[in-house]
Amino acid sequence: MATVCARIRIVVAAIALVLIAAMAAPVAAQQPTSVDPNAAAVKEQQLLQQFKRVQGLGSIPDTKSYVIEQPQGRDWRQYHEVTLPAVGTVAMLGMIVLLAIFFIVRGMVRIRSGRSGVDIVRFNAFERFVHWMTATCFVLMALTGLNITFGRTALLPVLGPDAFSSWSLIAKYIHNFLSFPFTLGVILIFFMWVGGNLPDRTDLKWLVQGGGILGRSEPAAYRFNAGQKIIYWIVVLAGAAVAVTGYLLMFPFYGTTIAGMQLAQMIHGTVAVLFVAIMIAHAYIGTIGMEGAFEAMGSGTVDLNWAKEHHSLWLEEQQAGSGAGGMRPHPAATPAE
Amino acid sequence: MARMKFLCDADRCIECNACVTACKNENEVPWGINRRRVVTLNDGKPGERSVSMACMHCTDAPCAAVCPVNCFYTTADAVVLHSKDLCIGCGYCFYACPFGAPQYPRVGNFGSRGKMDKCTYCSGGPEADNSPLQYAKYGADRLSQGKLPLCAEMCSTKSLLAGDGDIIAQIYKDRVAQRGYGSGAWGWQTAYRETIAT
Repeated sequence: MATVCARIRIVVAAIALVLIAAMAAPVAAQQPTSVDPNAAAVKEQQLLQQFKRVQGLGSIPDTKSYVIEQPQGRDWRQYHEVTLPAVGTVAMLGMIVLLAIFFIVRGMVRIRSGRSGVDIVRFNAFERFVHWMTATCFVLMALTGLNITFGRTALLPVLGPDAFSSWSLIAKYIHNFLSFPFTLGVILIFFMWVGGNLPDRTDLKWLVQGGGILGRSEPAAYRFNAGQKIIYWIVVLAGAAVAVTGYLLMFPFYGTTIAGMQLAQMIHGTVAVLFVAIMIAHAYIGTIGMEGAFEAMGSGTVDLNWAKEHHSLWLEEQQAGSGAGGMRPHPAATPAE
Repeated sequence: MARMKFLCDADRCIECNACVTACKNENEVPWGINRRRVVTLNDGKPGERSVSMACMHCTDAPCAAVCPVNCFYTTADAVVLHSKDLCIGCGYCFYACPFGAPQYPRVGNFGSRGKMDKCTYCSGGPEADNSPLQYAKYGADRLSQGKLPLCAEMCSTKSLLAGDGDIIAQIYKDRVAQRGYGSGAWGWQTAYRETIAT
């Protein structure tokens, strides 16, 4: 009896096994023959399209290195190789050509009524110091900055690789270190002259008449005419832009990524070459473009007739405020020279 | 001559970092600089992949194009090298590089980026092959001895391949054909303007 029961149990178990196997068979048939572990895998092109870069996790402390691919450097390269040199060349050479044509046509703007022989103080020693400190830094930084963009094309073939590299290394340090007095200068210029450079009603008239240099009649102006106000605000705003972007580049990864630094460099380069072009015009008007203008920043005084012709309202203010104070005989009136 | 390339088969990389260690040791890379690193994408999620990345020695290399002092040169084996004597540490190659390869000692202190350092494909720099001076500046010069970069030579799973582009592309193609899948040659489109059709 016991053996019969055992046999029945074996038969039942066998049938059960067959049934289970039969039920399981369709499930097994649904599974793929080979597993594709790549189905869920990250795809390079997909990541690049979605995030513009490929970034993950690494095991070294340098977290910046976790970005393994960011092809937008190619756009920045295009800017550095083509756009910036083109914009810079057109802006700077264009400005020089325009000024040369203007000088040939118009010549130096003379003091129409001649020199009076009496001077009036226009810029004090501190103002002139700040101006020339900023100007010196600007010229040196412009030359060393242009070296980075144009040196490889213009200077490298002349100097040879070793000499050009040595010069460029010095130039880099000049550019970096002079940024501090330059920035200080821009800040001082802002506070020093902001009062006289706020736009007012005289500016519109001055601009309509084309200023003293273009028009025939002399538009009235206070201490700074509309043209000077434009130069002032360009210096302040462009100076701030190049300073901020420059410091971002000097301190890599402080609040920036590589993409941020590419953008900072593009703003820095574009603003800088336009800034240089405008400062060429500023230097032109301050020297050979207009008689009697340079001495305002040179000795700090201008001739009374120059002041009358270019800054009549300012002169009235000065004369009303301090009588004849601030005026003194022209040193050059004595025929010593 | 060969056209040397790197290829990381991400489906094989097990993130052991042996390539990173091999590179640092073989080249005596300065502290804080990693010429090669392994980065894991989608870490801990399905479809996670690790990629070992260094300088890819690009075709028409962006670093060389933007260098203000022209300190880069491409060897006959198409390896992109640079001269640390000419480098002024301006940072431009590092803005242009798609792979984050150029690095500078003392990064962060203003105006004091040192001479740029990057993967040399274990082939040194402009100094005489295998000279102590070359080793001090650029590390090992294995290529002139007929050896491939140590990172790839040491790779335990043979994920990282170095060698002539056509040969390593063929090895990768054969692998993909045999195993039935492949996540592609990472960085090739960006570096070489071509991918490996699989």
